[in-house]
Amino acid sequence: MTKVSMTVNGRAVSGEVEGRTLLSAFLREGLGLTGTHVGCDTSQCGACVVHVDGKAIKSCTVFAMDVAGAEVRTIEGMANADGSLGTIQQAFQDHHGLQCGFCTPGMVMSAAALLAENPKPSEADVRHYLDGNICRCTGYHNIVKAVLAASGQDVSAVAAE
Amino acid sequence: MPKDHGIGASSKRREDIRFLTGRGVYTDDMNLHGQTYAVFVRSQVAHGRIKSINTSNAASMPGVLAVFTGEDFKDVGGNPAGWLINSRDGTPMREPKRPVLAHGKVRHVGDAYAAVVAESYAEAKDAAEQLAADSDIEELPAIIDMAAAVANASNRVHDEIPDNLCYDWGWIEDNRAAVDAAIKAAPHVTVLELVNNRLVPNAMEPRASIGEYFPGTGDYKLTTTSQNPHLTRLLVAAFVLGIPENKLTVVAPDVGGGFGSKIYHYGEEAVVLAAAKKLARPVRWTAERSESFLSDAHGRDHVTKIELACEKDGTFIAFRTETMANVGAYLSNFATVTPTFLHGTLMAGPYKVPNVYVNVKTVFTNTAPVDAYRGAGRPEATYSLERVIDKMCRELGLDPFEVRRKNFITTDMFPYTTPVGLAYDTGNYHATLDKAIEIGNVAGFEARRAASAKRGKLRGMGLSTWIEACGIAPSHLVGVLGARVGLYDAATVRVNATGNISVMTGAHSHGQGHETVFAQIVAEKLGVPEASVEIVHGDTSKIPFGMGSYGSRSLAVCGVAVTKAIDKIVAKGKKIAAHMLEAAEEDITFENGSFSVAGTDKAKTFGEIAFSAYVPHNYPLETLEPGLEETAFYDPANFTYPAGAYICEVEVDAETGKVDVVAFHCADDFGNIMNPMVVEGQVHGGVGQGIGQALCENTTYDDTGQLLTGSYMDYAMPRAGDVPFYNVDYSCQTPCTHNPLGVKGCGEAGAIGSPPAVVNAVIDALHRGGHTHVKHIDMPVSPSRVWQAIHG
Ligand code: FES
Ligand code: FES
Repeated sequence: MTKVSMTVNGRAVSGEVEGRTLLSAFLREGLGLTGTHVGCDTSQCGACVVHVDGKAIKSCTVFAMDVAGAEVRTIEGMANADGSLGTIQQAFQDHHGLQCGFCTPGMVMSAAALLAENPKPSEADVRHYLDGNICRCTGYHNIVKAVLAASGQDVSAVAAE
Repeated sequence: MPKDHGIGASSKRREDIRFLTGRGVYTDDMNLHGQTYAVFVRSQVAHGRIKSINTSNAASMPGVLAVFTGEDFKDVGGNPAGWLINSRDGTPMREPKRPVLAHGKVRHVGDAYAAVVAESYAEAKDAAEQLAADSDIEELPAIIDMAAAVANASNRVHDEIPDNLCYDWGWIEDNRAAVDAAIKAAPHVTVLELVNNRLVPNAMEPRASIGEYFPGTGDYKLTTTSQNPHLTRLLVAAFVLGIPENKLTVVAPDVGGGFGSKIYHYGEEAVVLAAAKKLARPVRWTAERSESFLSDAHGRDHVTKIELACEKDGTFIAFRTETMANVGAYLSNFATVTPTFLHGTLMAGPYKVPNVYVNVKTVFTNTAPVDAYRGAGRPEATYSLERVIDKMCRELGLDPFEVRRKNFITTDMFPYTTPVGLAYDTGNYHATLDKAIEIGNVAGFEARRAASAKRGKLRGMGLSTWIEACGIAPSHLVGVLGARVGLYDAATVRVNATGNISVMTGAHSHGQGHETVFAQIVAEKLGVPEASVEIVHGDTSKIPFGMGSYGSRSLAVCGVAVTKAIDKIVAKGKKIAAHMLEAAEEDITFENGSFSVAGTDKAKTFGEIAFSAYVPHNYPLETLEPGLEETAFYDPANFTYPAGAYICEVEVDAETGKVDVVAFHCADDFGNIMNPMVVEGQVHGGVGQGIGQALCENTTYDDTGQLLTGSYMDYAMPRAGDVPFYNVDYSCQTPCTHNPLGVKGCGEAGAIGSPPAVVNAVIDALHRGGHTHVKHIDMPVSPSRVWQAIHG
């Protein structure tokens, strides 16, 4: 066991981990931040996406020790300071971008990374960027719509309004 | 102006707040004091005889607390089949025991035959690996192909079942001779052999279970990823472990999707409970995705020959199908009804076809169990019908829209009894077809096709006009047909003393939005704000005995139970109001949350009545009990019959065979709509899964029974880039005639109606592109299959 320290959602945290402890496991079990989900064992589903030093990564794919000292942001850190939903979260609610909610944390974290990089993405940009996030419930329609809306674009023309 | 609250409003989902902030509580999110970890040891061969399992090495490894094998459960009950199907000759289906852990033989790759419980997950996993190494399993020849399974009587999945056949079912056997004769005499017969590809449901939350035992009281608790906690409790209690039902609580907390795969009771649930009792500590297990692929119940997997007999003008005379349905190695709980009654009874579609006969042979193989997956039987029926109709139209040079119109049951024919035993109560199939043509701008297709052609793409349009039977199910009817359970649902409405309301439902929400939509219904009916209504589901210690959520039944069955309970609340409220207002009960009316004496201004608010019920100082105690809480059970009189017309447009790249769905239009009739936003979301999800089945997803076992598509690297889940925006319309509404909400059910529609629309569109594109030799391509219509078909 080794001690690892990092900043998670602006708070300095530390814990004992094994060399093989994944960041996803450290967040979920070590810190009780269970908003980060684990949906696969091959780094394919994206339910576990968090930000490390501002970049979206699959937390099931890095060891906790490898991000020692980093700034980590999870879904628990996405709300506004007053606790209300952040822009992307609010767009997901407004546009019904989630059903069972299991893929949602990863979707929101990926969407945030996309919009940081590309503030006005096209539909194709959104669909392409979310390639690493699987959702089984929504057929992606309302997720894509929510991300476009969160970027400030008018989505009223999207089919099936 | 659209409504902003109550029935018909697109109320935003209240459950989203916790899911969007990471505060949902799914089974694996729970942390219990003193918890231990179970890991299962799964067969690496498809078929094998367990010669010995040496548990001693594993048992002595660090942290290991207990080891279980099939031997430990050989004297408890098996996981039962929920539906008895009789073969054509009247003999009952073959029903092998499904043990908690495999015993004697392993029957599919992933079949769990042992389990290790340890202090940590890593220790349990290490010991499970050791146990696998210490297991001597003699590999037997695998039985994978269905035709070979039936032909080879000596190689058996279950030693006592000689031809690996579960049953040979005919529906309706009395139709058979007439159908045969009609087909023989028909001016035209179109024949199509097709495969309905095997799918892995892939709810994004893997299955997980936590067992607890409380030695002080002898109570058990199972927290599990279930669509139906009461059904799971019943199965565990009455059939498998023999725990008294009232000593077992089953909780299905936030559940990350189900699509059928979480209806069923699985052996892991029994093991964590038995282990919790043995250790007197919580025992938890969460599937890795690879385990989900290997051990969740799969879906579909039919091989079908369908014949359509018709006049030269396309008027249908008869349909006849022969299907082989793969049930896998064991009978999962609904496995026997899915390819039979949920499939054969839909084989008339929305058409006035006089003669239909369906034959289904259900076969055991050394593969994971197959059971109901979103749509369950109805997508298989719809796919067969809508594909063969499309093929017939091409053979006879007929317009697929006109052929549907000619054959639709017309509105003056309802109620309509089909030749396969259903009584459709209402519908308007012409209306949904017209609507689809309108929203899909069929008139503009030629221009779009020309534009695609300019880009070097072949564009095609495919139609599917689907119907389904859902809102499962009238108990008396399913009882006659072999169901071993009733299929009513239940709700308790508790008006609290302060006037807010708790509603306990038998239905379970794992993405459908019940917490919001049921609250809308209650708010509307009682004239109270939605925010004052709380929906409680998923905990058998809190909710009445209901059957859970699947078969598009939550609203059409449990939602009706909610309204029935509300009716009782209002009736009692009127009695209380009559007393308080010193009026006759018949003179009390209830509107907008207020009880008043007709024709006067004397009134009591809903809150005042509730308060009086709990503080009964001025109350008719001689004739009326205090309190304001009512439970209703509702057993539907019939199925509901949503229907619709789907139009898909694809672009095919003839160079590579790649298919892009470029437009998808849905015109559905779901009867009355409670929350349009949620309904659209349900259709989107279903269509997404249908496009996945049509274009990407396939479950492949090799000849030795190894699953070749056991991860997201190999099993092609549809991604955001694989699907378009969908165009969903639900303005054609023929309210269900036999439930008071007039609702039908929308959860499975998209998955039922979409696959044939996609495949028909691909065939259409190829024909328009001159590749007229292509009559059919099996799903998934992958680039390699399209390319081969073009060049074949
Ligand atoms: S859990 Fe990390 S990608 Fe699936
Ligand atoms: S909302 Fe259920 S998986 Fe995306």
